[in-house]
Amino acid sequence: MAYSDKVLDHYSNPRNVGSMDKNSSEVGTGLVGAPECGDVMKLQIKVNPQTNIIEDAKFKTFGCGSAIASSSLATEWVKGKTVDEALQIKNTEIVKELSLPPVKIHCSVLAEDAIRAAIHDWKKKQEVTKPTAVAAQ
Amino acid sequence: MSTDVKTIPQAEHVAPEGVKLPVYMDNHATTPMDPRVLEEMLPFFMEKFGNAASRNHSFGWAGEEGVETARERVAKLVGATTKEIIFTSGATESDNLAIKGVAEMYREKGNHIITAVTEHKAVLDTCKRLEKYGYRVTYLPVQKDGLVDLDELKRAMDDKTILVTIMWANNEIGVLQPVAEIGKLCRERGIIFHTDATQAVGKIPVDVNKNNIDVMSISAHKMYGPKGVGALYVRRKNPRVQISAIIDGGGHERGMRSGTLNVPGIVGLGKACAIASEEMAKESCKLAGLRNRLRDKIMGQLDEVYINGTMEHRLPGNLNISFAYVEGESLLMGINDIAVSSGSACTSATLEPSYVLKALGTGDDLAHSSIRFGLGRFNTEAEVDYVADRVVETVSRLRELSPLYEMAKEGVDLKSVKWAAE
Repeated sequence: MAYSDKVLDHYSNPRNVGSMDKNSSEVGTGLVGAPECGDVMKLQIKVNPQTNIIEDAKFKTFGCGSAIASSSLATEWVKGKTVDEALQIKNTEIVKELSLPPVKIHCSVLAEDAIRAAIHDWKKKQEVTKPTAVAAQ
Repeated sequence: MSTDVKTIPQAEHVAPEGVKLPVYMDNHATTPMDPRVLEEMLPFFMEKFGNAASRNHSFGWAGEEGVETARERVAKLVGATTKEIIFTSGATESDNLAIKGVAEMYREKGNHIITAVTEHKAVLDTCKRLEKYGYRVTYLPVQKDGLVDLDELKRAMDDKTILVTIMWANNEIGVLQPVAEIGKLCRERGIIFHTDATQAVGKIPVDVNKNNIDVMSISAHKMYGPKGVGALYVRRKNPRVQISAIIDGGGHERGMRSGTLNVPGIVGLGKACAIASEEMAKESCKLAGLRNRLRDKIMGQLDEVYINGTMEHRLPGNLNISFAYVEGESLLMGINDIAVSSGSACTSATLEPSYVLKALGTGDDLAHSSIRFGLGRFNTEAEVDYVADRVVETVSRLRELSPLYEMAKEGVDLKSVKWAAE
Protein backbone atom coordinates (compact mmCIF):
# COMPACT_ATOMS: atom_id res chain seq x y z
CA MET A 1 0.00 0.00 0.00
CA ALA A 2 1.30 3.41 -0.88
CA TYR A 3 1.13 6.07 1.80
CA SER A 4 0.77 9.79 1.20
CA ASP A 5 3.72 11.97 2.17
CA LYS A 6 1.65 13.46 4.97
CA VAL A 7 0.87 10.06 6.48
CA LEU A 8 4.53 9.15 6.27
CA ASP A 9 5.51 12.43 7.89
CA HIS A 10 3.11 11.97 10.84
CA TYR A 11 4.16 8.34 11.19
CA SER A 12 7.87 9.20 11.21
CA ASN A 13 7.53 12.36 13.30
CA PRO A 14 4.32 12.03 15.26
CA ARG A 15 3.22 15.29 16.94
CA ASN A 16 2.15 15.55 20.54
CA VAL A 17 2.86 12.02 21.63
CA GLY A 18 2.44 11.49 25.33
CA SER A 19 0.07 11.34 28.25
CA MET A 20 -1.50 13.79 30.66
CA ASP A 21 -2.90 13.15 34.12
CA LYS A 22 -6.24 11.62 33.39
CA ASN A 23 -7.47 12.51 36.88
CA SER A 24 -6.94 16.24 36.42
CA SER A 25 -10.20 18.20 36.13
CA GLU A 26 -8.76 20.16 33.23
CA VAL A 27 -7.94 17.06 31.24
CA GLY A 28 -10.36 15.11 29.09
CA THR A 29 -9.41 11.62 27.94
CA GLY A 30 -10.84 9.72 25.01
CA LEU A 31 -9.99 6.05 24.55
CA VAL A 32 -11.60 4.57 21.46
CA GLY A 33 -11.25 1.46 19.32
CA ALA A 34 -10.39 -2.05 20.42
CA PRO A 35 -7.24 -4.16 20.27
CA GLU A 36 -9.15 -6.92 18.43
CA CYS A 37 -9.95 -4.46 15.67
CA GLY A 38 -6.33 -3.44 15.33
CA ASP A 39 -6.82 0.20 16.37
CA VAL A 40 -6.85 1.87 19.77
CA MET A 41 -6.48 5.63 20.13
CA LYS A 42 -6.01 7.57 23.33
CA LEU A 43 -6.45 11.29 22.85
CA GLN A 44 -6.22 13.75 25.70
CA ILE A 45 -7.01 17.45 25.82
CA LYS A 46 -6.19 20.04 28.44
CA VAL A 47 -8.80 22.79 28.50
CA ASN A 48 -8.61 26.22 30.05
CA PRO A 49 -11.79 26.38 32.15
CA GLN A 50 -12.06 30.16 31.74
CA THR A 51 -11.87 30.26 27.95
CA ASN A 52 -12.84 26.68 27.03
CA ILE A 53 -9.80 26.71 24.77
CA ILE A 54 -7.89 23.49 24.30
CA GLU A 55 -4.40 24.48 25.36
CA ASP A 56 -2.70 21.17 24.97
CA ALA A 57 -3.37 17.80 23.39
CA LYS A 58 -1.56 14.47 23.56
CA PHE A 59 -2.12 11.11 21.95
CA LYS A 60 -0.99 7.53 21.88
CA THR A 61 -2.18 5.14 19.21
CA PHE A 62 -1.98 1.42 18.58
CA GLY A 63 -2.81 0.98 14.95
CA CYS A 64 -1.64 1.22 11.39
CA GLY A 65 0.26 4.17 9.99
CA SER A 66 -2.94 5.90 8.91
CA ALA A 67 -4.38 5.56 12.40
CA ILE A 68 -1.23 7.05 13.92
CA ALA A 69 -1.27 9.89 11.38
CA SER A 70 -5.00 10.57 11.91
CA SER A 71 -4.61 10.91 15.67
CA SER A 72 -1.39 12.90 15.39
CA LEU A 73 -3.16 15.32 13.03
CA ALA A 74 -6.19 15.47 15.35
CA THR A 75 -4.01 16.69 18.24
CA GLU A 76 -2.57 19.41 16.02
CA TRP A 77 -5.99 20.53 14.91
CA VAL A 78 -7.69 20.66 18.30
CA LYS A 79 -4.94 22.70 19.93
CA GLY A 80 -5.94 26.37 20.16
CA LYS A 81 -9.57 25.64 19.36
CA THR A 82 -12.44 25.95 21.82
CA VAL A 83 -14.13 22.67 22.67
CA ASP A 84 -17.13 23.66 20.55
CA GLU A 85 -14.89 24.38 17.58
CA ALA A 86 -13.08 21.10 18.08
CA LEU A 87 -16.40 19.27 17.97
CA GLN A 88 -16.85 20.59 14.43
CA ILE A 89 -13.85 18.65 13.13
CA LYS A 90 -15.10 16.05 10.68
CA ASN A 91 -13.42 12.81 9.75
CA THR A 92 -13.77 13.76 6.07
CA GLU A 93 -11.41 16.69 6.65
CA ILE A 94 -8.83 14.26 8.05
CA VAL A 95 -9.33 11.97 5.05
CA LYS A 96 -8.74 14.91 2.75
CA GLU A 97 -5.72 16.29 4.57
CA LEU A 98 -3.97 12.91 4.72
CA SER A 99 -5.25 11.62 1.35
CA LEU A 100 -6.46 8.43 3.02
CA PRO A 101 -7.62 5.65 0.70
CA PRO A 102 -11.13 4.18 1.20
CA VAL A 103 -9.87 1.21 3.28
CA LYS A 104 -8.38 3.68 5.79
CA ILE A 105 -11.42 5.90 6.28
CA HIS A 106 -12.19 4.07 9.52
CA CYS A 107 -8.94 5.50 10.93
CA SER A 108 -10.24 9.03 10.43
CA VAL A 109 -13.60 8.07 11.96
CA LEU A 110 -11.78 6.76 14.98
CA ALA A 111 -9.83 10.01 15.31
CA GLU A 112 -13.05 12.01 15.21
CA ASP A 113 -14.51 9.66 17.83
CA ALA A 114 -11.41 10.16 19.97
CA ILE A 115 -11.81 13.96 19.90
CA ARG A 116 -15.49 13.65 20.84
CA ALA A 117 -14.76 11.14 23.58
CA ALA A 118 -12.07 13.38 25.08
CA ILE A 119 -14.36 16.42 25.04
CA HIS A 120 -17.21 14.36 26.47
CA ASP A 121 -14.97 13.21 29.31
CA TRP A 122 -13.86 16.77 30.01
CA LYS A 123 -17.46 18.06 29.97
CA LYS A 124 -18.53 15.36 32.38
CA LYS A 125 -15.80 16.46 34.77
CA GLN A 126 -16.99 20.07 34.56
CA GLU A 127 -20.50 19.03 35.59
CA VAL A 128 -19.08 17.28 38.61
CA THR A 129 -16.59 20.00 39.55
CA LYS A 130 -18.84 23.05 38.99
CA PRO A 131 -21.06 22.64 42.06
CA THR A 132 -18.02 22.14 44.26
CA ALA A 133 -16.46 25.22 42.71
CA VAL A 134 -19.60 27.16 43.61
CA ALA A 135 -19.60 25.73 47.07
CA ALA A 136 -16.02 26.78 47.57
CA GLN A 137 -16.78 30.42 46.76
CA MET B 1 1.29 17.11 34.67
CA SER B 2 2.03 15.99 31.21
CA THR B 3 4.62 13.52 30.14
CA ASP B 4 6.07 14.01 26.75
CA VAL B 5 7.41 11.04 24.95
CA LYS B 6 10.32 11.87 22.77
CA THR B 7 9.78 9.61 19.85
CA ILE B 8 12.85 9.33 17.77
CA PRO B 9 12.05 10.48 14.26
CA GLN B 10 12.47 7.67 11.84
CA ALA B 11 15.87 8.13 10.29
CA GLU B 12 17.07 7.18 6.86
CA HIS B 13 18.83 3.93 7.45
CA VAL B 14 22.24 3.26 6.08
CA ALA B 15 22.94 -0.32 5.24
CA PRO B 16 25.88 -1.81 7.08
CA GLU B 17 28.62 -3.40 5.09
CA GLY B 18 27.51 -6.45 3.18
CA VAL B 19 23.81 -5.58 3.35
CA LYS B 20 21.97 -4.34 0.28
CA LEU B 21 18.68 -2.57 0.94
CA PRO B 22 15.88 -3.44 0.81
CA VAL B 23 16.46 -6.81 2.46
CA TYR B 24 14.24 -9.57 1.10
CA MET B 25 12.97 -11.84 3.88
CA ASP B 26 9.62 -12.94 2.47
CA ASN B 27 10.64 -16.23 0.92
CA HIS B 28 7.30 -17.92 1.67
CA ALA B 29 5.63 -15.49 -0.71
CA THR B 30 8.10 -16.23 -3.44
CA THR B 31 11.80 -16.80 -3.84
CA PRO B 32 14.22 -15.08 -6.17
CA MET B 33 15.24 -17.35 -9.00
CA ASP B 34 18.57 -19.07 -8.66
CA PRO B 35 20.84 -17.86 -11.50
CA ARG B 36 21.62 -21.51 -12.30
CA VAL B 37 17.92 -22.06 -12.96
CA LEU B 38 17.71 -19.13 -15.32
CA GLU B 39 20.79 -20.31 -17.19
CA GLU B 40 19.18 -23.69 -17.77
CA MET B 41 15.92 -22.14 -18.96
CA LEU B 42 17.29 -19.60 -21.43
CA PRO B 43 17.87 -21.90 -24.46
CA PHE B 44 14.23 -23.00 -24.25
CA PHE B 45 12.87 -19.56 -25.09
CA MET B 46 14.56 -19.04 -28.48
CA GLU B 47 16.77 -21.85 -29.73
CA LYS B 48 14.77 -24.79 -28.37
CA PHE B 49 11.34 -23.22 -28.68
CA GLY B 50 9.62 -26.35 -29.96
CA ASN B 51 6.32 -27.69 -28.69
CA ALA B 52 7.08 -30.70 -26.55
CA ALA B 53 4.05 -32.40 -28.10
CA SER B 54 5.42 -32.10 -31.65
CA ARG B 55 6.52 -35.68 -32.23
CA ASN B 56 7.77 -35.48 -35.78
CA HIS B 57 10.60 -32.96 -35.85
CA SER B 58 13.73 -32.06 -33.93
CA PHE B 59 12.26 -28.84 -32.51
CA GLY B 60 9.62 -30.86 -30.71
CA TRP B 61 12.14 -33.49 -29.62
CA ALA B 62 14.36 -30.85 -28.04
CA GLY B 63 11.40 -29.50 -26.08
CA GLU B 64 10.35 -32.97 -25.04
CA GLU B 65 13.86 -33.78 -23.90
CA GLY B 66 13.90 -30.69 -21.71
CA VAL B 67 10.54 -31.64 -20.20
CA GLU B 68 11.49 -35.27 -19.57
CA THR B 69 14.78 -34.34 -17.91
CA ALA B 70 12.82 -32.02 -15.67
CA ARG B 71 10.30 -34.76 -14.91
CA GLU B 72 13.14 -37.05 -13.79
CA ARG B 73 14.57 -34.35 -11.56
CA VAL B 74 11.23 -33.57 -9.91
CA ALA B 75 10.50 -37.26 -9.43
CA LYS B 76 13.94 -37.85 -7.90
CA LEU B 77 13.57 -35.05 -5.37
CA VAL B 78 10.33 -36.49 -3.97
CA GLY B 79 11.01 -40.19 -4.41
CA ALA B 80 8.45 -40.68 -7.19
CA THR B 81 8.61 -42.20 -10.65
CA THR B 82 8.48 -40.01 -13.75
CA LYS B 83 5.05 -41.24 -14.78
CA GLU B 84 3.66 -39.94 -11.51
CA ILE B 85 4.58 -36.29 -12.20
CA ILE B 86 2.06 -34.03 -13.98
CA PHE B 87 3.13 -30.50 -14.84
CA THR B 88 0.74 -27.66 -14.05
CA SER B 89 0.73 -23.87 -13.89
CA GLY B 90 1.54 -23.89 -10.17
CA ALA B 91 0.39 -25.09 -6.79
CA THR B 92 -3.04 -23.45 -6.96
CA GLU B 93 -3.83 -25.39 -10.09
CA SER B 94 -2.30 -28.53 -8.59
CA ASP B 95 -4.50 -28.20 -5.50
CA ASN B 96 -7.58 -27.66 -7.66
CA LEU B 97 -6.73 -30.60 -9.89
CA ALA B 98 -6.02 -32.89 -6.95
CA ILE B 99 -9.15 -32.09 -4.98
CA LYS B 100 -11.65 -31.65 -7.80
CA GLY B 101 -10.05 -34.48 -9.75
CA VAL B 102 -10.32 -36.97 -6.88
CA ALA B 103 -13.77 -35.73 -5.88
CA GLU B 104 -15.14 -36.33 -9.35
CA MET B 105 -13.37 -39.65 -9.95
CA TYR B 106 -14.46 -41.19 -6.63
CA ARG B 107 -17.93 -39.66 -6.46
CA GLU B 108 -19.60 -43.05 -6.47
CA LYS B 109 -17.49 -44.21 -3.55
CA GLY B 110 -18.31 -41.27 -1.34
CA ASN B 111 -18.73 -37.54 -1.02
CA HIS B 112 -16.84 -36.67 2.15
CA ILE B 113 -13.60 -34.68 2.21
CA ILE B 114 -11.49 -33.78 5.25
CA THR B 115 -9.19 -30.79 5.38
CA ALA B 116 -7.91 -28.39 8.06
CA VAL B 117 -8.78 -24.78 8.82
CA THR B 118 -5.19 -23.58 8.36
CA GLU B 119 -4.91 -24.74 4.74
CA HIS B 120 -4.08 -22.37 1.93
CA LYS B 121 -7.04 -20.71 0.24
CA ALA B 122 -6.36 -22.77 -2.88
CA VAL B 123 -7.46 -25.80 -0.86
CA LEU B 124 -10.13 -24.18 1.33
CA ASP B 125 -11.91 -22.39 -1.48
CA THR B 126 -11.78 -25.47 -3.69
CA CYS B 127 -13.42 -27.46 -0.88
CA LYS B 128 -16.02 -24.73 -0.40
CA ARG B 129 -16.91 -24.92 -4.07
CA LEU B 130 -17.31 -28.69 -3.84
CA GLU B 131 -19.73 -28.20 -0.96
CA LYS B 132 -21.97 -26.38 -3.40
CA TYR B 133 -21.90 -29.48 -5.60
CA GLY B 134 -23.11 -31.77 -2.83
CA TYR B 135 -19.84 -32.79 -1.21
CA ARG B 136 -19.52 -32.77 2.56
CA VAL B 137 -16.36 -31.20 3.93
CA THR B 138 -14.93 -31.45 7.46
CA TYR B 139 -12.60 -28.58 8.35
CA LEU B 140 -10.44 -29.90 11.19
CA PRO B 141 -9.34 -27.43 13.83
CA VAL B 142 -5.67 -27.30 14.79
CA GLN B 143 -4.06 -27.38 18.20
CA LYS B 144 -2.30 -24.42 19.76
CA ASP B 145 0.97 -25.50 18.14
CA GLY B 146 -0.66 -25.41 14.69
CA LEU B 147 -0.80 -29.18 14.19
CA VAL B 148 -3.88 -31.29 13.54
CA ASP B 149 -4.89 -33.79 16.19
CA LEU B 150 -4.65 -37.29 14.71
CA ASP B 151 -7.42 -38.60 16.98
CA GLU B 152 -9.66 -35.85 15.76
CA LEU B 153 -8.79 -36.79 12.18
CA LYS B 154 -9.60 -40.43 12.89
CA ARG B 155 -12.95 -39.48 14.35
CA ALA B 156 -13.77 -37.37 11.31
CA MET B 157 -13.22 -40.28 8.90
CA ASP B 158 -16.26 -42.29 7.87
CA ASP B 159 -17.21 -44.75 5.15
CA LYS B 160 -18.05 -41.89 2.79
CA THR B 161 -14.64 -40.23 3.15
CA ILE B 162 -12.82 -40.25 -0.18
CA LEU B 163 -10.11 -37.66 0.38
CA VAL B 164 -8.03 -36.11 3.13
CA THR B 165 -6.16 -32.98 2.08
CA ILE B 166 -3.75 -31.57 4.63
CA MET B 167 -0.77 -29.39 3.83
CA TRP B 168 2.79 -30.42 4.59
CA ALA B 169 4.23 -27.06 5.68
CA ASN B 170 2.11 -24.06 6.51
CA ASN B 171 2.79 -20.92 4.47
CA GLU B 172 2.33 -18.54 7.41
CA ILE B 173 3.72 -20.28 10.45
CA GLY B 174 5.88 -22.91 8.77
CA VAL B 175 4.65 -25.78 10.95
CA LEU B 176 5.00 -29.29 9.53
CA GLN B 177 1.95 -31.52 9.80
CA PRO B 178 2.53 -35.20 10.68
CA VAL B 179 1.97 -36.26 7.07
CA ALA B 180 3.41 -39.76 7.42
CA GLU B 181 0.95 -40.55 10.22
CA ILE B 182 -1.94 -38.91 8.37
CA GLY B 183 -1.04 -40.90 5.27
CA LYS B 184 -0.94 -44.11 7.27
CA LEU B 185 -4.41 -43.50 8.71
CA CYS B 186 -5.71 -42.84 5.21
CA ARG B 187 -4.04 -45.89 3.73
CA GLU B 188 -5.54 -48.16 6.40
CA ARG B 189 -9.00 -46.95 5.42
CA GLY B 190 -8.58 -46.75 1.65
CA ILE B 191 -8.86 -42.95 1.69
CA ILE B 192 -6.77 -40.90 -0.73
CA PHE B 193 -4.32 -38.51 0.91
CA HIS B 194 -3.41 -35.29 -0.86
CA THR B 195 -0.89 -32.87 0.60
CA ASP B 196 -0.14 -29.35 -0.53
CA ALA B 197 3.65 -29.47 -0.23
CA THR B 198 4.27 -26.08 -1.83
CA GLN B 199 6.36 -24.80 1.07
CA ALA B 200 7.97 -28.14 1.89
CA VAL B 201 9.43 -29.49 -1.35
CA GLY B 202 13.02 -28.39 -1.75
CA LYS B 203 13.22 -27.24 1.89
CA ILE B 204 12.90 -30.46 3.87
CA PRO B 205 13.23 -34.13 2.88
CA VAL B 206 10.06 -35.15 1.04
CA ASP B 207 9.54 -38.78 0.09
CA VAL B 208 6.11 -39.78 -1.15
CA ASN B 209 6.64 -43.43 -0.18
CA LYS B 210 8.08 -42.95 3.29
CA ASN B 211 5.39 -40.40 4.04
CA ASN B 212 2.45 -42.32 2.58
CA ILE B 213 1.45 -39.57 0.15
CA ASP B 214 -0.98 -40.33 -2.70
CA VAL B 215 -1.28 -36.93 -4.36
CA MET B 216 0.99 -33.93 -3.78
CA SER B 217 1.12 -30.33 -5.02
CA ILE B 218 4.48 -28.77 -5.91
CA SER B 219 5.39 -25.21 -6.89
CA ALA B 220 8.54 -23.95 -8.63
CA HIS B 221 8.70 -20.35 -7.44
CA LYS B 222 8.89 -21.24 -3.76
CA MET B 223 12.16 -23.08 -4.38
CA TYR B 224 14.13 -20.63 -6.51
CA GLY B 225 12.42 -21.60 -9.76
CA PRO B 226 10.21 -19.54 -12.06
CA LYS B 227 6.63 -18.44 -11.38
CA GLY B 228 3.71 -19.96 -13.25
CA VAL B 229 4.83 -23.57 -13.12
CA GLY B 230 4.30 -26.42 -10.73
CA ALA B 231 3.55 -30.10 -10.62
CA LEU B 232 1.19 -32.65 -9.19
CA TYR B 233 2.39 -36.02 -8.00
CA VAL B 234 -0.25 -38.72 -8.58
CA ARG B 235 0.53 -42.17 -7.19
CA ARG B 236 0.49 -44.97 -9.81
CA LYS B 237 0.60 -48.01 -7.58
CA ASN B 238 -0.08 -49.18 -4.01
CA PRO B 239 -2.65 -47.75 -4.43
CA ARG B 240 -3.19 -46.53 -7.96
CA VAL B 241 -4.86 -43.13 -7.80
CA GLN B 242 -6.91 -41.78 -10.65
CA ILE B 243 -8.01 -38.20 -11.09
CA SER B 244 -10.41 -36.55 -13.50
CA ALA B 245 -9.00 -33.68 -15.53
CA ILE B 246 -10.30 -30.18 -14.89
CA ILE B 247 -8.77 -28.73 -18.06
CA ASP B 248 -9.80 -30.54 -21.22
CA GLY B 249 -8.07 -30.36 -24.56
CA GLY B 250 -5.27 -32.12 -26.35
CA GLY B 251 -4.79 -34.80 -23.71
CA HIS B 252 -1.35 -33.72 -22.55
CA GLU B 253 0.16 -35.07 -19.34
CA ARG B 254 -1.51 -38.47 -19.61
CA GLY B 255 -4.85 -36.81 -20.13
CA MET B 256 -4.79 -35.24 -16.71
CA ARG B 257 -3.79 -31.75 -17.77
CA SER B 258 -4.29 -30.58 -21.31
CA GLY B 259 -2.52 -27.52 -22.68
CA THR B 260 0.80 -26.94 -24.39
CA LEU B 261 3.54 -27.44 -21.85
CA ASN B 262 5.36 -24.42 -20.47
CA VAL B 263 8.70 -25.86 -21.54
CA PRO B 264 11.07 -23.16 -20.20
CA GLY B 265 9.17 -23.06 -16.90
CA ILE B 266 9.21 -26.83 -16.56
CA VAL B 267 12.93 -26.91 -17.32
CA GLY B 268 13.39 -24.28 -14.59
CA LEU B 269 11.35 -26.33 -12.11
CA GLY B 270 13.50 -29.35 -12.93
CA LYS B 271 16.72 -27.46 -12.36
CA ALA B 272 15.40 -26.02 -9.10
CA CYS B 273 14.66 -29.58 -7.96
CA ALA B 274 18.10 -30.80 -9.04
CA ILE B 275 19.78 -28.04 -7.03
CA ALA B 276 17.59 -28.82 -4.02
CA SER B 277 18.47 -32.52 -4.22
CA GLU B 278 22.14 -31.57 -3.98
CA GLU B 279 22.08 -28.70 -1.52
CA MET B 280 19.01 -29.04 0.66
CA ALA B 281 20.65 -30.76 3.61
CA LYS B 282 23.34 -28.13 3.96
CA GLU B 283 21.03 -25.27 3.18
CA SER B 284 18.45 -26.20 5.78
CA CYS B 285 21.13 -26.24 8.49
CA LYS B 286 22.26 -22.80 7.44
CA LEU B 287 18.69 -21.47 7.35
CA ALA B 288 17.80 -22.89 10.75
CA GLY B 289 20.93 -21.24 12.14
CA LEU B 290 20.04 -17.87 10.67
CA ARG B 291 16.42 -18.19 11.77
CA ASN B 292 17.41 -19.03 15.34
CA ARG B 293 19.87 -16.15 15.36
CA LEU B 294 17.08 -13.79 14.31
CA ARG B 295 14.74 -15.20 16.95
CA ASP B 296 17.34 -14.98 19.72
CA LYS B 297 18.36 -11.44 18.85
CA ILE B 298 14.77 -10.22 18.80
CA MET B 299 13.61 -12.10 21.87
CA GLY B 300 16.73 -11.20 23.80
CA GLN B 301 15.97 -7.49 23.46
CA LEU B 302 12.18 -7.25 23.58
CA ASP B 303 9.64 -8.38 26.15
CA GLU B 304 6.16 -9.70 25.32
CA VAL B 305 7.12 -11.27 22.02
CA TYR B 306 5.40 -14.53 21.12
CA ILE B 307 6.26 -17.18 18.54
CA ASN B 308 3.27 -18.51 16.62
CA GLY B 309 3.28 -22.26 16.03
CA THR B 310 5.56 -25.01 17.23
CA MET B 311 9.32 -24.50 16.90
CA GLU B 312 9.85 -28.25 17.02
CA HIS B 313 8.14 -29.20 13.76
CA ARG B 314 8.83 -26.25 11.55
CA LEU B 315 10.41 -25.18 8.27
CA PRO B 316 14.01 -24.13 8.92
CA GLY B 317 13.54 -20.70 7.30
CA ASN B 318 10.30 -19.69 9.01
CA LEU B 319 9.77 -17.41 11.97
CA ASN B 320 6.36 -15.98 12.82
CA ILE B 321 6.27 -13.64 15.78
CA SER B 322 3.64 -11.48 17.44
CA PHE B 323 4.84 -8.26 19.04
CA ALA B 324 2.26 -7.44 21.70
CA TYR B 325 0.91 -3.86 21.75
CA VAL B 326 2.25 -3.03 18.29
CA GLU B 327 0.06 -3.23 15.22
CA GLY B 328 1.57 -5.18 12.33
CA GLU B 329 1.12 -2.73 9.52
CA SER B 330 2.65 0.16 11.40
CA LEU B 331 5.56 -2.13 12.20
CA LEU B 332 5.96 -2.94 8.52
CA MET B 333 5.95 0.80 7.78
CA GLY B 334 8.76 1.27 10.24
CA ILE B 335 10.86 -1.45 8.71
CA ASN B 336 10.10 -0.45 5.15
CA ASP B 337 13.58 -1.36 3.99
CA ILE B 338 12.84 -4.98 4.89
CA ALA B 339 10.41 -7.12 2.90
CA VAL B 340 8.36 -9.32 5.26
CA SER B 341 4.65 -10.08 5.70
CA SER B 342 2.17 -9.34 8.45
CA GLY B 343 -0.90 -11.20 9.64
CA SER B 344 -2.46 -7.85 10.37
CA ALA B 345 -5.86 -7.13 8.92
CA CYS B 346 -4.59 -3.86 7.57
CA THR B 347 -2.37 -5.68 5.11
CA SER B 348 -5.19 -7.76 3.73
CA ALA B 349 -8.11 -6.76 1.55
CA THR B 350 -10.67 -8.21 3.95
CA LEU B 351 -9.69 -6.30 7.12
CA GLU B 352 -9.68 -9.65 8.93
CA PRO B 353 -6.49 -10.70 10.67
CA SER B 354 -4.80 -13.95 9.67
CA TYR B 355 -7.21 -16.90 9.84
CA VAL B 356 -4.24 -19.19 10.43
CA LEU B 357 -3.18 -17.38 13.59
CA LYS B 358 -6.78 -17.19 14.78
CA ALA B 359 -7.05 -20.95 14.31
CA LEU B 360 -4.16 -21.42 16.76
CA GLY B 361 -6.18 -19.56 19.36
CA THR B 362 -4.05 -16.45 19.00
CA GLY B 363 -6.20 -13.50 20.02
CA ASP B 364 -7.13 -11.00 17.32
CA ASP B 365 -4.94 -8.43 19.05
CA LEU B 366 -1.84 -10.61 18.75
CA ALA B 367 -2.79 -11.73 15.25
CA HIS B 368 -2.79 -8.07 14.25
CA SER B 369 0.69 -7.78 15.73
CA SER B 370 2.35 -10.59 13.84
CA ILE B 371 5.22 -10.61 11.37
CA ARG B 372 6.26 -13.52 9.20
CA PHE B 373 9.96 -13.73 8.43
CA GLY B 374 10.79 -16.10 5.59
CA LEU B 375 14.50 -16.73 5.27
CA GLY B 376 15.89 -18.14 2.08
CA ARG B 377 18.93 -19.28 0.15
CA PHE B 378 20.33 -15.80 -0.42
CA ASN B 379 19.95 -14.32 3.06
CA THR B 380 23.13 -13.63 5.02
CA GLU B 381 24.09 -13.31 8.66
CA ALA B 382 24.70 -9.58 8.17
CA GLU B 383 21.14 -9.23 6.88
CA VAL B 384 19.74 -11.13 9.85
CA ASP B 385 21.59 -8.83 12.24
CA TYR B 386 20.38 -5.74 10.42
CA VAL B 387 16.77 -6.99 10.39
CA ALA B 388 16.88 -7.86 14.10
CA ASP B 389 18.21 -4.41 14.99
CA ARG B 390 15.64 -2.62 12.89
CA VAL B 391 12.78 -4.69 14.28
CA VAL B 392 13.86 -4.11 17.88
CA GLU B 393 14.26 -0.38 17.30
CA THR B 394 10.90 -0.01 15.54
CA VAL B 395 8.94 -2.11 18.02
CA SER B 396 10.44 -0.06 20.86
CA ARG B 397 9.50 3.18 19.12
CA LEU B 398 5.95 2.06 18.42
CA ARG B 399 5.47 0.80 21.96
CA GLU B 400 6.31 4.29 23.21
CA LEU B 401 3.43 5.37 21.00
CA SER B 402 1.09 2.60 22.08
CA PRO B 403 -1.65 3.28 24.63
CA LEU B 404 -1.93 -0.48 25.16
CA TYR B 405 1.72 -0.81 26.15
CA GLU B 406 1.31 2.11 28.54
CA MET B 407 -1.79 0.55 30.09
CA ALA B 408 -0.14 -2.84 30.40
CA LYS B 409 2.87 -1.25 32.11
CA GLU B 410 0.49 0.50 34.52
CA GLY B 411 -0.86 -2.92 35.40
CA VAL B 412 -4.18 -2.60 33.59
CA ASP B 413 -5.53 -5.96 32.47
CA LEU B 414 -6.37 -5.21 28.85
CA LYS B 415 -8.76 -8.14 28.72
CA SER B 416 -10.89 -6.55 31.45
CA VAL B 417 -11.20 -3.21 29.68
CA LYS B 418 -14.59 -2.60 28.11
CA TRP B 419 -13.58 -1.49 24.64
CA ALA B 420 -15.98 0.66 22.72
CA ALA B 421 -16.79 -1.15 19.53
CA GLU B 422 -15.88 0.76 16.41
